[in-house]
Amino acid sequence: MTLDRRPRLAVWKFASCDGCQLSLLDCEDELLAVADAIEIAHFPEASRRSVEGPYDLSLVEGSITTPRDLERIREIRGISRTLVTIGACATAGGIQALRNYADIKEYMSIVYAHPEYIDVLARATPIADHVPVDFELRGCPVNKQQLLEVVNAFLNGRPPAIPNYSVCLECKRRAAVCVMVAHGTPCLGPVTQAGCGAICPGFTRGCYGCFGPQDTPNTESLAQAWLRAGKSGAEVARVFHTFNCGAEPFASTGKRHDPNHQG
Amino acid sequence: MENRFLITLEGLGALLAELKGMGRTLIGPVVRDGAIVYDEITGLRDLPAGWGDVQEAGRYRLEKRDDGALFAYNSSPMAWKRFLHPPALTLWKARRRDDGFRIESEAQAPPLHAFIGVRACDLRAIAIQDRVLMEDRFRDPHYAARRRDVFILAAQCAQAGNTCFCASMDSGPRATQGFDLALTELLHPEHRFLLEVGSEAGGRLLSRVPHQVAGEADWAAALQATENARAQMGRHVDTRNIKTLLYGNAEHPRWEETAQRCLACANCTMVCPTCFCTAIEDHTDLEGSEARRVRHWDSCFTSQFSHIHGGVVRAGIASRYRQWLTHKLASWQDQFGTLGCVGCGRCISWCPEGIDITEELAVIRAQDQNGAGEDA
Ligand code: SF4
Ligand code: SF4
Ligand code: SF4
Ligand code: SF4
Repeated sequence: MTLDRRPRLAVWKFASCDGCQLSLLDCEDELLAVADAIEIAHFPEASRRSVEGPYDLSLVEGSITTPRDLERIREIRGISRTLVTIGACATAGGIQALRNYADIKEYMSIVYAHPEYIDVLARATPIADHVPVDFELRGCPVNKQQLLEVVNAFLNGRPPAIPNYSVCLECKRRAAVCVMVAHGTPCLGPVTQAGCGAICPGFTRGCYGCFGPQDTPNTESLAQAWLRAGKSGAEVARVFHTFNCGAEPFASTGKRHDPNHQG
Repeated sequence: MENRFLITLEGLGALLAELKGMGRTLIGPVVRDGAIVYDEITGLRDLPAGWGDVQEAGRYRLEKRDDGALFAYNSSPMAWKRFLHPPALTLWKARRRDDGFRIESEAQAPPLHAFIGVRACDLRAIAIQDRVLMEDRFRDPHYAARRRDVFILAAQCAQAGNTCFCASMDSGPRATQGFDLALTELLHPEHRFLLEVGSEAGGRLLSRVPHQVAGEADWAAALQATENARAQMGRHVDTRNIKTLLYGNAEHPRWEETAQRCLACANCTMVCPTCFCTAIEDHTDLEGSEARRVRHWDSCFTSQFSHIHGGVVRAGIASRYRQWLTHKLASWQDQFGTLGCVGCGRCISWCPEGIDITEELAVIRAQDQNGAGEDA
């Protein structure tokens, strides 16, 4: 028996919808090349076979929402040489971080018949709040090409080419007509990190901010522009508080304009 | 020598068909998603007949006209640079071999283009990019290959938009050079086009379609059309001593004020017909046997643009806005001997926040910190 010297990849899941892991499965053709280049040692979504750690590269999806998650992420960090978080849940807390703005006990009593069985943390938080993370790949879900780029970069020992500028650059490169300027449609593109290829403006929709804040996000200026255009504070808050509601400055800008948070 | 001719609407159709018949891909104005953009056209019927536009800072709307005019719009959100200096381009690939690696050029013969409806400001912008990308110490072979054989049919502006200021920048509204043919659309008493010949290729093309020599009255009407445009300029810039004005006001409080509004989204540089900056990305395949070098449009509004060893030089938005405006109007002169702005107004219309370069300049001049813009 020869020793398998291919780098070992593990894929882990925390509180999430599985969409980001599915992006990896969605790499149909490329996955064959991935499987050649690396040993997929732990990926329950794809295979029941699991090889013990340590792992060269761990991809972590989902946010930390329970005390058990907290223990598990520390174990995973301990057996991972490189740890990359993937998706809005893992990098910003995800849509479930909306509960950070409410009383979790109240939610539980409404949703569950026996809330006493639920053991949950008060806040849904990103992985990097708890363990050191080597790279955060944004997106809800992550972009398949970007995911391959990150895996590829780590395999080849080079920095991943993942830009952190605004969606507008991608929007203009694809020659989309700006929906804010030409239609008056609110768009989060100017404050959102590129990565999706400006899908929504490409179909004359405003950007929903799936990839979280770009590296110099002037969210307050955009919020003021929408208020001037007649949107209410509650509407502004709702736009900023979606998948990346836990990421600054989406978090604070949304809060500042939410009438339920005033005072 | 006769240089001014008249063709009919059908004549224009025949002219486009001739160009196409010569194996050229026609790029011209089309209506898409609520704007007039430049895209491949098959002929006369694709042109935006009866469409105009209304532009303001941060606002663009199409407007229906009842005269069937084909060229009665102003700046498009798209600059022609897309076709000469593409937004994304693979430059080369490298393949690993036993004895090292081999570089494979990715350059493919670019399509043979004809640009239909280029405005005076954009002709100047193309000349500026020629200077930057072909006539400097480093020559961009990709730009040069696309630029060399392009055929340019210019369209003289008969009206100016609210965000236009080519007259201030001395780049319009009347185009006098840089085209093969230039048309002025005349709507009365009948729909026809006055054509000026700017090159041998233009003359040869014209000789292949029905045309007649233009009379004095037609020429006067054509000149009047551009004079009307001049009178309509929606914006103005005082360019006197503009270089010293900007250099002398690097610490002006206005930069910080504008930074409160600026989204650092980079739209202004993406739409600007003279902005040329690019970034390089290297990619590898999963096995590490092939590498690819890709170039795409970049902007001084991104933080990575000024990333050098140790960090980002222009961390704040104020320094990025200042870099952009100062490059356009001051350091461009030191670098390339001309202004870097042609007054097309795109950066004003397509800034989601409606930041207006002419207003910024006016404020800085009005509150000139140390008399930097005054005559010595
Ligand atoms: S549509 Fe949105 S993403 Fe595209 S340029 Fe406009 S603001 Fe930016
Ligand atoms: S700076 Fe603005 S007005 Fe000047 S050429 Fe560029 S886009 Fe046009
Ligand atoms: S203004 Fe900025 S993006 Fe445009 S050419 Fe100058 S440095 Fe480049
Ligand atoms: S000036 Fe306008 S278009 Fe340019 S980066 Fe700022 S907000 Fe964006």
